[in-house]
Amino acid sequence: MTRWLVRVAVSTAVVAGIYGIGAGVEATMIEYVQRIVLIAGINVILAVGLGLINGTTGQFSIGHAGFMAIGAYTAAFTGVQLAPALSGLAGAGALSEAVTFNLALLAGAVMAGVAGLLVGIPSLRLKGDYLAIVTLGFGEIIRLLFNNTQALGAATGYFGNDPSGLPPYTSFFWVYLWVVVIVLVIRNITFSQTGRSLTAIREDEIAAEAMATPTTRLKVTAFSISAATAGIAGGLFAHMQSGIRPEDFKFEKSIDMIVMIIIGGLGSITGAIIGGIFLAVTLELMRDLQEWRLILYALLLVVIMIVRPQGLLGTRELSLAMFARKKAPSKP
Amino acid sequence: MSQFIQQVINGLSLGSIYALIALGYTMVYGVLKLINFAHSEVFMVGAYSGFYAATFLGIDALDQSGQSFPLYLALVVLIVAMLVSATLGMTIERLAYRPLRNAPRLTPLITAIGMSLLLQNLGMLIFTPNPRRYPPILREVRFDFGGVIVTNIKLTIFAVAMALMVGLWFLVNRTWTGRAMRAVSMNLDAARLMGIDPDRTIGKTFAIGSALAAAGGILFGLDQITINPTMGTLTGLKAFVAAVLGGIGNIPGAALGGLLIGLSEQLVAGYISPDYRDAITFLILIVILILRPEGILGVVRQEKV
Repeated sequence: MTRWLVRVAVSTAVVAGIYGIGAGVEATMIEYVQRIVLIAGINVILAVGLGLINGTTGQFSIGHAGFMAIGAYTAAFTGVQLAPALSGLAGAGALSEAVTFNLALLAGAVMAGVAGLLVGIPSLRLKGDYLAIVTLGFGEIIRLLFNNTQALGAATGYFGNDPSGLPPYTSFFWVYLWVVVIVLVIRNITFSQTGRSLTAIREDEIAAEAMATPTTRLKVTAFSISAATAGIAGGLFAHMQSGIRPEDFKFEKSIDMIVMIIIGGLGSITGAIIGGIFLAVTLELMRDLQEWRLILYALLLVVIMIVRPQGLLGTRELSLAMFARKKAPSKP
Repeated sequence: MSQFIQQVINGLSLGSIYALIALGYTMVYGVLKLINFAHSEVFMVGAYSGFYAATFLGIDALDQSGQSFPLYLALVVLIVAMLVSATLGMTIERLAYRPLRNAPRLTPLITAIGMSLLLQNLGMLIFTPNPRRYPPILREVRFDFGGVIVTNIKLTIFAVAMALMVGLWFLVNRTWTGRAMRAVSMNLDAARLMGIDPDRTIGKTFAIGSALAAAGGILFGLDQITINPTMGTLTGLKAFVAAVLGGIGNIPGAALGGLLIGLSEQLVAGYISPDYRDAITFLILIVILILRPEGILGVVRQEKV
């Protein structure tokens, strides 16, 4: 009973803390910096989610922008449809907005997760790198699909029914609340028995199978969860601006995500967090070098793979204990 | 009926280009078990090499004065492009893949994606992102067979591709180099024990596959009239699907897969809707992964720990 109380207290404190920091950020920072802070949070969700499949499980997805797109479009569309009904029910206000927004995000996550299942089942049944090629094709096809769907604005993008565009629900509070939730969920999966099975699949799939690990089921599950987190990130991204365009989810976006987790280290959650923040900041700094940006990223990918293939942190996690004892704690 | 024959002819011509590219994917996969994503950019560079070689040889002046490009110069263009791409392919292997020969499976895959991105974006920088009109190495001549239009370009594409594939068949099955390549793809360590230098053999595999992709690039330019630095992405993806369809690692399979992909793409474009021509390849990939992941001509190899 007391443990339960402690948990409630800690959760409340965390939520209040995020709210407080959010209020501080919104009061002190200019809008431009605030935007970078929000993008950093969305990047962290993307990187941590992608890390589960690319890092921990060792199955390479290179089309996660497609799942982000599904999440973004679903959330935007659901939000626009739900808003009038809910504000009629609970009155227009912060509460009905919050409920609408989170229901929309969840709808996006579910759709992206289902799409992950559909892509994952045929490609993850097999050993080898089929997931890479299937997700590459999938990412492009999804973009073409949104490009040709008139109901969702086709190539001009989806801006909702309101002339001012999609409602700007995304705030510091919601982004970082979702960051905390998703990091916790992924952390709990990674350090559970399931997580160990996923690592076993990465290290040696045949041996894992011999140890009675249901490899296909676990790979598909991990991939689907990873796709769902990308869907949430997409929903947050959609409500940050007045509208979403298919070109927001090009192949480059998937590459951005891969760069995030490779900079941080494949298979490290704290590494993915660092990579996500790093990318949000460097992307802004490199805004003037448009055509050089991808060249630099590509070089970075190749050089890191040759010089330090495990990424900056490898599979290690950064923790406070590490600094206290000057020694990395062994992975639990 | 004549429309059907027309689509089949167009499909076979397009498919033979895919087949040439697919051969490079399948050969590299055979020896290294690696999806060489950079192959699609080798194809693109091949097309551009042909473009610059033809321009250097004065094709524009000839074209404006209404003369056609001499056949021996067209052959020079083809050979130059094949040499440039072969060098590029070997360089990529030497710089990016060889240091990772013993790394975990995922590492070279990420490197391959990185190389592909790097080359594509360097291409945008050097060749500019604007589409270029491909020089008319061949002047189009139309033959009309009772409603079915066959151009000499389609015929040349098919003939050149077939000639190169027959050449490859002889190389792989009738020469010592080919024997070494087959040995390395079966078992690298055993091949080394038999006195084969795996690094040299892998280098040659990349050179041959890349040269074929360059030929594919020139034929693609002739067929589609314009080229741009991102042309490799979608074409490369389709060629890879062709390799999987035929059985990855299987050389005749890649040729067959390429022709089938070209045919189905053209038939879908002609009978259903041109909007779905790219989607059909993807659908084929999913279906083949569900029904017969080893491909049409592939054999199931038991995996050992």
